Amino acid sequence: MQRRTFLKGSLASSAVAVAVGAGLLSPRVVLAAWPKAAFEAKSVQDAMTNLFGSAQSAPSGDIKIKAPDIAENGAVVPVSVKTGMGNISDISIIAEKNGVPLAANFVLGSTAKGFVSTRIKMGKTSNVIAVVKAGGKLYSARKEVKVTIGGCGG
Amino acid sequence: MAKSIRARASAKGDTTTVKALITHPMETGLRKDKKTGKKIPAHFIQEVVAKHNGNTVMTAQWSGAVSKNPYLSFQFTGGKKGDSLELSWVDNKGGKDSITAKVK
Repeated sequence: MQRRTFLKGSLASSAVAVAVGAGLLSPRVVLAAWPKAAFEAKSVQDAMTNLFGSAQSAPSGDIKIKAPDIAENGAVVPVSVKTGMGNISDISIIAEKNGVPLAANFVLGSTAKGFVSTRIKMGKTSNVIAVVKAGGKLYSARKEVKVTIGGCGG
Repeated sequence: MAKSIRARASAKGDTTTVKALITHPMETGLRKDKKTGKKIPAHFIQEVVAKHNGNTVMTAQWSGAVSKNPYLSFQFTGGKKGDSLELSWVDNKGGKDSITAKVK
């Protein structure tokens, strides 16, 4: 008899666990906007095509990338992107030679200014590419960052 | 996961600058545990949403290539002292947290 109640109890608790699992899944559904394919792309071209629908971008002098010339620690490379353009919808930060080049994409609302800053990991010396989507067009700038100790693997 | 975010928003003229630090391991899923040789499963923030008085001003979509304990800064216009700024994040394992800061 005791065994039976025990079984019943454990069955009930496993049902609760399943419910919790299902509940935990819901944030991922909400994240439908997260561009999974772009974050899995292995080349800059693929990442941009997946994210913006095009890998063509015009070089622009109005995009300033602030990043160190030499990063001693590839695990923490501060990168700031600033632009004076209007109508900006996205700013992406791409580390050209990372296994997965697309590091971050910022979707900006109408009141946001053309400035984002964060810290990224870089596997080895490469260009940091900033892609700005403004008024439906793509613009980009790049800056080389030398990495002395890689931030991936280890 | 409470208190994983530290955020500060300051208004100067028409521009509000937001700076935030989030405590998170940001595992890429590629790193190996040195002792066991097994891969450490990916665990990183996928999305950070910033809302100014309820309106989304910025959504950051991240990969595992953003550094551990990520730092984030951005600016927007139209913020005033006392406005609310809500920051929330969601990671690939369904973990999340949010904070509401006052613009100073």
